[in-house]
Amino acid sequence: MVSRAERTPFADWWWTVDRLMLAAVAALMLAGIIFSLAASPPVAGRLGLDAFYFVNRHILYLIPATAVMLGVSMLAPRTIRRVALIVFVVSVAMTVATLFFGAEVKGARRWIILAGVNIQPSEFVKPSFVILVSWLFAESLRKSDVPANTLAFVLLATVIVPLVMQPDFGQTLLATLVFCALFFMAGMRFVWVLALAGIGGVGGFVAYETIPHVARRINRFLDPSSGDTFQVDAAVESFVRGGWFGRGPGEGTVKRILPDSHADFVFAVAAEEFGIVVCLMVVALFAFIVLRALLRAQRSDDPFARFAVTGLAILFGTQAAINMAVNLALIPAKGMTLPFISYGGSSMISLAYGMGMLLALSREQPRAELLSSDLALAGRPL
Amino acid sequence: MTPSDPRPATGSPHPGAPHSGEAEQMPWHRRVIQHLLYDRSIDRTRKARARIGLAALVFASIYAIIAGRLVLYAAVPDTHIGRRVGGSDAVATARPDILDRNGEILATDLKVPSLFAEPRRLIDADEAVELLTAVMPDLDTHELRERLGSKRGFAWLKREISPKQQKEIHRLGIPGVGFLKENKRVYPNGREVSHLIGHVNVDNQGIAGLEKYLDSNGLADLHRAGFASDRQQEPLRLSVDLRVQHALHDELEQAYARYRTKAAAGVVLDVNTGEIVALVSYPDYDPNNPKEALDPDRINRLTTGVFEMGSTFKVLTLGMALDGGKFSLNSTVDARGPMHWGRFKIHDSHAQNRTLTLPEVFTYSSNIGAAKLALAVGVEGHKAYLRKMGQLDRLRTELPESAEPIVPKRWGELNTITISFGHGLSVAPLQALMGIAALVNGGWLIRPTFLARSEEEAKKLAKRVIKPETSVAMRYLMRLNAEVGSGRKANVSGYYVGGKTGTAEKVVGGRYAHNKLLTDFIAVLPADKPRYAVLIMLDEPHPTSDSYGFANAGWNAAPVAGKVIARIAPLLGLQPRFDLPPADQLILGRGGRTASADVTGSVRSSHGH
Repeated sequence: MVSRAERTPFADWWWTVDRLMLAAVAALMLAGIIFSLAASPPVAGRLGLDAFYFVNRHILYLIPATAVMLGVSMLAPRTIRRVALIVFVVSVAMTVATLFFGAEVKGARRWIILAGVNIQPSEFVKPSFVILVSWLFAESLRKSDVPANTLAFVLLATVIVPLVMQPDFGQTLLATLVFCALFFMAGMRFVWVLALAGIGGVGGFVAYETIPHVARRINRFLDPSSGDTFQVDAAVESFVRGGWFGRGPGEGTVKRILPDSHADFVFAVAAEEFGIVVCLMVVALFAFIVLRALLRAQRSDDPFARFAVTGLAILFGTQAAINMAVNLALIPAKGMTLPFISYGGSSMISLAYGMGMLLALSREQPRAELLSSDLALAGRPL
Repeated sequence: MTPSDPRPATGSPHPGAPHSGEAEQMPWHRRVIQHLLYDRSIDRTRKARARIGLAALVFASIYAIIAGRLVLYAAVPDTHIGRRVGGSDAVATARPDILDRNGEILATDLKVPSLFAEPRRLIDADEAVELLTAVMPDLDTHELRERLGSKRGFAWLKREISPKQQKEIHRLGIPGVGFLKENKRVYPNGREVSHLIGHVNVDNQGIAGLEKYLDSNGLADLHRAGFASDRQQEPLRLSVDLRVQHALHDELEQAYARYRTKAAAGVVLDVNTGEIVALVSYPDYDPNNPKEALDPDRINRLTTGVFEMGSTFKVLTLGMALDGGKFSLNSTVDARGPMHWGRFKIHDSHAQNRTLTLPEVFTYSSNIGAAKLALAVGVEGHKAYLRKMGQLDRLRTELPESAEPIVPKRWGELNTITISFGHGLSVAPLQALMGIAALVNGGWLIRPTFLARSEEEAKKLAKRVIKPETSVAMRYLMRLNAEVGSGRKANVSGYYVGGKTGTAEKVVGGRYAHNKLLTDFIAVLPADKPRYAVLIMLDEPHPTSDSYGFANAGWNAAPVAGKVIARIAPLLGLQPRFDLPPADQLILGRGGRTASADVTGSVRSSHGH
């Protein structure tokens, strides 16, 4: 047990960090490993790989992910902003680079190979974007001489333009959504909320009209008989077959035919093998993390921390909600990973990075530290 | 912002002074933006906290919805199950047996295994393809791979496999491959019943002939409702007699070869009930292999073909003349020379160049005589009469295939003239037979049927079209023609056959072709009290070695009819009778030598030349 008597940096961290949230994230990671054991061998088999190829890689990714999360969670807010700026600049540059050098996968250029590792840079854009926008809105609250609102919109454009060009409709949606949410949290007048909703509607309509696969997916959702709804149908069958308590580990059959059973549809596979009760527990874990983060943000006195934690929680919660809703055929199919559970290196480390920042910023800070951080903030923009 | 004011926006106890001071430090356009975006006077920190609370609420409800959907799937599982299997994959359902009038099976269902796969359950599609093609080399590898590679829940691989193949595939032990017992339609009599019974598709749905009739009369609805899966359905009993059908089929097949015809067709009709006892249109096809039916040469010429029937139509013309009351058997018609009509000239093929009595018109098959009789009735009367006899409208039987007669659009006197001897009006042969049957059965027009029925049932549906006396005269004429006229070759002794030949030149490229004939013969038996009518029709017969170069109906259709009658009359239960008196005594009931006997006497003597 860590002693409260000695003020080591680790003890400081341990006693101020949200340990329950940490436990919840650890539980998600554990669930991810277990679900991966169920969901990924058939995929590996289809690709002609070793049965536990994806399981091994999944666990392998969890090690740097955990390190990143814990490491970031120990950083001070100022350092977080600086790191975020660097991560943002690098990842946006790489996202732009995917447009030129990326490998085309299923009609979109989202991946870039760096030192033999496949990286999806847009994953790293999201959390750093949230931090920078939060900082700008916090600044605007302060009425400092930084042109915060203008900068925030410039940032949004910087993020969205390469994403639209990739094209990555899901990430664009997520980034815009979080931006709007933060804008809303920053106290935007209600007319603008309506205006933003209108713009969102128009954007959605334009996407529907101009991007064929978006239109197809929405049509298919509205009228399942209009096209191949195979994935969604199979996912639903998975839930139904699973029932309350599942068919037992290794007893699933739908996973053999689900193309992304280890990534986007791992939730459905979990339902078939482990049952809907386990799925409800997973939902509860996500809800716990999101709501706890939001409530802590609400209590926070530091505007930057408040916005940042809110933004990161919304990012995390929305991503999880979209994935689960797609699995359950509640919304049109949209590729999005289930945080900490789905397979995917970039996604995992990006989420760990985001969660680490969330943990760091939601640490209980003594008034004095807040003061000093504010002083620092005031003195230097970053 | 200055370092001296560390907490400007977090609920400062003195909000007024420093804020306004700062606001004034901002450039004016920034102030406008700030105001537009956020409003000036409201405490944005409190607002932010409230809105974070709202976000928490939204997330709570989203996750509640997700949890609710999960609970719903667990609690009410069957809402989404089974939506994947399409209707086209429905298993072939049972059909009732089809029996002939004596209970012989014409069509029945056999249970056979069909091979299917559940591609989703397959572990290795390539291995499955390899193993399956090893057992069944006739499977298309490419198609098989495609079907197994699809992610469907169900796919047929091969319908109707043999028990041996089933055993071999079972031994392969491929997971995701299974068998379903299906009903396969089997026609034990093969091509003998092809045209009338039709056939089914691979899903056991009737697509032609009486099989289609079954479907369109409720069976298809049963199938759709899912009630037709067992064998508790009433068999369908036909009017057809399989033995008669066989005899007719056999004789037509021989005639087809003997006269080198394009086609040979025949019908045996019960004139009192309208039941079709046999119907053959050769060349036909094997309903067990319905692909042959697509060959246009194999159509059912009796119902789906229309033809100019030739002189057999004179039966109808004579019937009209006698029934109208203007003519009797003793009436005479001037046939001293060719008949001129405008620029047309009508000849007789057996020209007598004298005045003919009505029976002579019939037995010499005089075109001039028939034309003059029809003209005497008039165009409108002729038309009305043919319509009454069912010759101008499409004849609909249980067979779904039927053809509309080709009726001249503008029907003038010339049309009446040609139609009186069977040209210029194309009807389905079965239709012509129906009309002639009505002339000899006492005057009742009865629509032919393929289903067994009694005479009482038929009489209820029958329509009187001519007087009974006319019918008696027609029987006499038919018999007379078989005794002394063109029908002599069909006069099977003992069965008192009556009949009329018909030879029509076929229209080729808008002109009548002299060497392309359609010959037919319509027989009634026994002529004194007809029970059956037999139609034989040959499409483009050729002369044989003993026909002196003739290919007229009297040289081919009539002898075929004779052979058919000789074979089928015993099967139909007709008693042979010998040493019967001549037709005028037996049918007309005239004793001794009367005026009409003179007439027939002269007919006899003149034929003797």
